Amino acid sequence: MDQMMTFFSDYGDQLLFKTWEHLYISFIAIALGIIVAVPSGVLLTRAPKLANGIMALVGVLQTFPTLAVLAFFIPLIGIGKVPAIIALFIYSLLPILRNTYTGVKDLDENLKEAGRGMGMTVKEQIMHVELPLAIPIIMAGIRMSAVYLIGWATLAAYIGAGGLGDFIFDGLNLFKPEFILAGAIPTTLIAIILDFLFGRLEVALTPKGIRDKNATKNPA
Amino acid sequence: MLKFENVTKVYKGGNKAVDNINLEINRGEFVAFIGPSGCGKTTTMKMVNRLIETTEGNIYVDGKNINEVDVVELRRSIGYVIQQIGLFPHMTIRENIALVSKLLKTPLDERNKRAEELIDLVSMDRSYLDRYPGELSGGQQQRIGVLRALAADPPLILMDEPFGALDPITRDALQDEFKDLQQRLGKTIVFVTHDMDEAIKLADRIVILRDGEIVQVGTPDEILRTPANEFVEEFIGEERLITSRPSLETVGQIMNDSPITVHEDVDISETIKTLIDRKIDSLLVVDDDNYFKGFIDIEIINRYRKENVKVKEAMVTDIFTVKEDRLLRDVVRRILRQGTRYVPVIDDEGKLRGIVTRASLANIVYDSIWGEDEDVVLQ
Repeated sequence: MDQMMTFFSDYGDQLLFKTWEHLYISFIAIALGIIVAVPSGVLLTRAPKLANGIMALVGVLQTFPTLAVLAFFIPLIGIGKVPAIIALFIYSLLPILRNTYTGVKDLDENLKEAGRGMGMTVKEQIMHVELPLAIPIIMAGIRMSAVYLIGWATLAAYIGAGGLGDFIFDGLNLFKPEFILAGAIPTTLIAIILDFLFGRLEVALTPKGIRDKNATKNPA
Repeated sequence: MLKFENVTKVYKGGNKAVDNINLEINRGEFVAFIGPSGCGKTTTMKMVNRLIETTEGNIYVDGKNINEVDVVELRRSIGYVIQQIGLFPHMTIRENIALVSKLLKTPLDERNKRAEELIDLVSMDRSYLDRYPGELSGGQQQRIGVLRALAADPPLILMDEPFGALDPITRDALQDEFKDLQQRLGKTIVFVTHDMDEAIKLADRIVILRDGEIVQVGTPDEILRTPANEFVEEFIGEERLITSRPSLETVGQIMNDSPITVHEDVDISETIKTLIDRKIDSLLVVDDDNYFKGFIDIEIINRYRKENVKVKEAMVTDIFTVKEDRLLRDVVRRILRQGTRYVPVIDDEGKLRGIVTRASLANIVYDSIWGEDEDVVLQ
């Protein structure tokens, strides 16, 4: 207990700063991921042939080891926050893209046809029908991405992006387990809290008319 | 109103779904496309709002070639009701009904008013407007599906087996309701179905298709009486050909035209004597001009016997009636289903013309099963 108090008094400021850095890197990456992947996912449903190719490609990208990708960016764009954010952004794409794509593609064909038949423009079909109905699935993808990203963001420290990973790497280098814990515990907590918050957001964003139906389908 | 000119649809792979169709549909007409699955009926219909593009030929709506009109505008000007109802589950009933108006940028209060007007048309409570489709029964949902197509008041409505997914009783009720609505609003309807009963009941003209070609076009009567070939005959079915025998057509022909009536201003106590004299247990109530008002039976009379009331204060007014010029084949089943012993027959103005009893219906059913071609014995 005393040890912990000393640790907090010595490194408390640093811990807060690193946590903020960690969140900052992850959030920018996930935000970029949403901005790119959600519209792309919807567009891909309009081009099924292209979609298969792209989904496969993104799937392959996803299997590259995170550390290797980070290292790979060093000669290209150097070290620091920007390459870390770019790498994390790429990782965030697949779950969001895949969920958006399948979420929209697997919507009831009758509903899509009803929309078209009533004279909705493509934009109206997407905004009034496809996105609202696919929201639960899209949000599940975003949530998954966000949780993964918090974990992966610790590796960003490796290329000098900072974040809670700094504590972990310091701990490893200096053989100080308390440093490792100081990095790992907040990371885990953030991931858990984020998962919970995104879960709530998912419910809040799901249109009321389909909320009950989903609740009965998978009682949580 | 709607004109098909040498319309052909060839799908990728050379499958010819619709083969050189020529057809003209008049304003206010209710036309049913019917045929076995794969006959091209749905394809033909969907080419009208360009959900499916024609390969060859032209379609004109109100004289305008649909290929020269913006596709979004074309679709907004044509009502569309699909088989699986297709209400948007994330929108309230109000939002669903008003959707096309919203796309057309109609102001909100006008849209709300329209939604209320429309839901009144199908006698559903206005409180339904703020519910979600998932909270409604299948029949109610399809009523809303029809209303949604009516919202922007399009002159032409396309319907793709709209009642196909409903149970027979709901379907029957909805058909009646819808036919009534269509006649009141004077819409032109193109209706796809595979149910001959439905086509006969609803349509002014039936278009029978097979393998993408029109086999026969005609009124239900023409088709029943003079099927163009064996295919049509088979499609109509033996049974219907019998019940459509020309000797028995309308309700007027089988009704008893001198039902026992009582004037609405007569005192209750006086009716008892009539009942005893004629050995019956109920009376139809009319006014001075023989307008049908209601009916009164022995139970009601018994209840009011000691009070000094007139017939019109005690009679039951909410009873099922049928018009004398209705075709028998349309109403027999409905009359039987009502479960009453008799049904008053009225004319267009509401005057009492006669009465159909279950006994006379039994004769008809008997007659059509055994195919005897003799006159029906009335009671």
